[in-house]
Amino acid sequence: MNLQNGGQSVATPSLPKAPTGIQGLDEVTGGGLPRGRPTLVCGGAGCGKTLFAMEFLVRGVVEYGEPGVFMAFEETAAELAQNVRSLGFDLDELAKQKKLSVDFVRVERNEIEEVGDYDLEGLFVRLGHAIDSIGAKRVVLDTIETLFSGFSNAGVLRAELRRLFRWLKDKGVTAVITGERGEGTLTRHGLEEYVSDCVILLDHRVIDQVSTRRLRIVKYRGTAHGTNEYPFLIDADGISVLPITSLGLQHKVSNERISSGIPRLDAMLGGGGYYRGSSVLVSGTAGAGKTSVATSFADAACRRGENCLYFAFEESPGQIVRNLHSIGLDLEPWTKQGLLQFHAVRSTLHGLEMHLATFHKLVKDFRPQAVVLDPIGTLVQVGTRREATAMLTRFIDFMKVEGITALLTNLTSGQDNLESTDVQISSIVDTWLLLRDIELGGERNRAMYILKSRGMAHSNQIREFLLTDRGIELQDAYLGPEGVLTGSMRQAQEAREKAVALAQKEAREAKERDRARKREALEARIAAMRKEFEAEELEADRQALQEEAREKVLTQDREAMGLSRHAEKASTKASQRVGK
Amino acid sequence: MSAADPGTPDIWELRLYVAGQSPKSVAAFANLKRICEEHLPGRYKIEVIDLMLHPQLAAGDQIVAIPTLVRKLPEPLRRIVGDLSNTERTLVGLQLRPAQNE
Repeated sequence: MNLQNGGQSVATPSLPKAPTGIQGLDEVTGGGLPRGRPTLVCGGAGCGKTLFAMEFLVRGVVEYGEPGVFMAFEETAAELAQNVRSLGFDLDELAKQKKLSVDFVRVERNEIEEVGDYDLEGLFVRLGHAIDSIGAKRVVLDTIETLFSGFSNAGVLRAELRRLFRWLKDKGVTAVITGERGEGTLTRHGLEEYVSDCVILLDHRVIDQVSTRRLRIVKYRGTAHGTNEYPFLIDADGISVLPITSLGLQHKVSNERISSGIPRLDAMLGGGGYYRGSSVLVSGTAGAGKTSVATSFADAACRRGENCLYFAFEESPGQIVRNLHSIGLDLEPWTKQGLLQFHAVRSTLHGLEMHLATFHKLVKDFRPQAVVLDPIGTLVQVGTRREATAMLTRFIDFMKVEGITALLTNLTSGQDNLESTDVQISSIVDTWLLLRDIELGGERNRAMYILKSRGMAHSNQIREFLLTDRGIELQDAYLGPEGVLTGSMRQAQEAREKAVALAQKEAREAKERDRARKREALEARIAAMRKEFEAEELEADRQALQEEAREKVLTQDREAMGLSRHAEKASTKASQRVGK
Repeated sequence: MSAADPGTPDIWELRLYVAGQSPKSVAAFANLKRICEEHLPGRYKIEVIDLMLHPQLAAGDQIVAIPTLVRKLPEPLRRIVGDLSNTERTLVGLQLRPAQNE
């Protein structure tokens, strides 16, 4: 693919970077944090600073073989170890291997009396010792501002902090320094003044009772970086940053077709079904059969032996499986085999970013070839339309980059324009199927048509959409003078047509019979005439014979008479007479 | 105020953390020596720990600033940071003041 490097070209590696191993962050920063320099990570309480720093350190050890020192000012080593154990980080084990060292620095104001001049050489010594003893390449100071509450001489502290950051640079360690966010400033004590290479801001906001974590790179000297606010999530695997908005349109496309699970729909889609990796939108009114189309697709994917991830926002998996039995679909074997995975949550459970983050994570973990989102409209309940649109755009882009075929369903309410979605994503989907109810003759019937399907010759017909106990069937809708007829109207019309055809057939048969009868009559007459003629002929023959006989008798009589007159010998005389 | 009672600890155990021969470190040791001679003659023990030589000892007493004076005995543990140039405040910090008043 020569088309790559479209949107997110990253500057030439002039600045060496240390990968953090934190999911997504290295993409946003173009490779990681500035190597050999300190980075400031700031944010309010509970925004994930410590975890960020710890993950940077542990992943550095585990994934990049760079030992690290964690200097904790707020929590003891034991507390820290306990806090991150749930993420699968075993600090004690790493410490035993001399790959990680945690030093807890306790500064208690009421224990310390200040008399005269001092400096923070003790801190330097401790840090230097920790770094040297394990050959650390990475250092975390969490949260160094605690020193300001322990010592009263701010002048000394500032001078020492400046010296500390300088010293860290000279040591060549990649450092993460955390700082509490202050009023109107990035950190309460203005640490950003000293750490000027890279500043990352973490944020934890609650809007409409929905909390969202966001990360922003405020500054990154000497490198191109994403400037957006990126949502991030903290879960059992640590931090995941979602750099979705940095994606360009550079995904690979596939010419492979995959079945929609409905044979006649495949036929309507130019014969093969959807393109692999395309996005399909199924929109329609309530009860139009969107979920049935979606699950048919999921079923078809599992039948091909592919993984399918099903996000259900309205129904529980059990309910979906049960309801689908009524149309002859059994999804249970697929869930048992692990091919089909449901993820059913209410859309209001958490913010849009969190949803997106969850999608990302599940997709990365489960690696599905097909994904169903049912329905997307509910996401609007969480944020505004604009936010939902942005989120879905990112979702669809993500699916495309991963080469996953995505099917989204959307509910269109009665008063809305049918050919629109309330989240306005219709322009970015590849195939759009519209399911609608047609009300006719006191019935509601389902109809389906393909509004668009990029890159394939698709049918332009409206088909009647039937949910039978053998699955989904698409019937040719009857197109009559009054428009499309569906349901029993269609059946009635078909019956009418059948009746007319029957009548025509009967008439034709009657005519045929009539002709046959006529022919029979004619032939009978001909036979009678022939008989009559034969009789006449017979009579004529008989008369001719009688006449001959009579003549013979006459001749005999005459000869007899001549004999009786004794004229001559009977026979000769007779012959002479004849000769005369 | 039992710790401040006169004569309770037979020996005052003091530990001074320094870093090399920096002016602050040198001054701190000199000041400490003078104060002890004046107020705790024969009843004190000073242990000087140079963190430049023994960096691993810094964590044990939670040393951040240099110089730091730690009063190990009598209990409770007390910490005084700085070069101890102010004798009055050093005495208050060591809680030697009440003892002198008696």
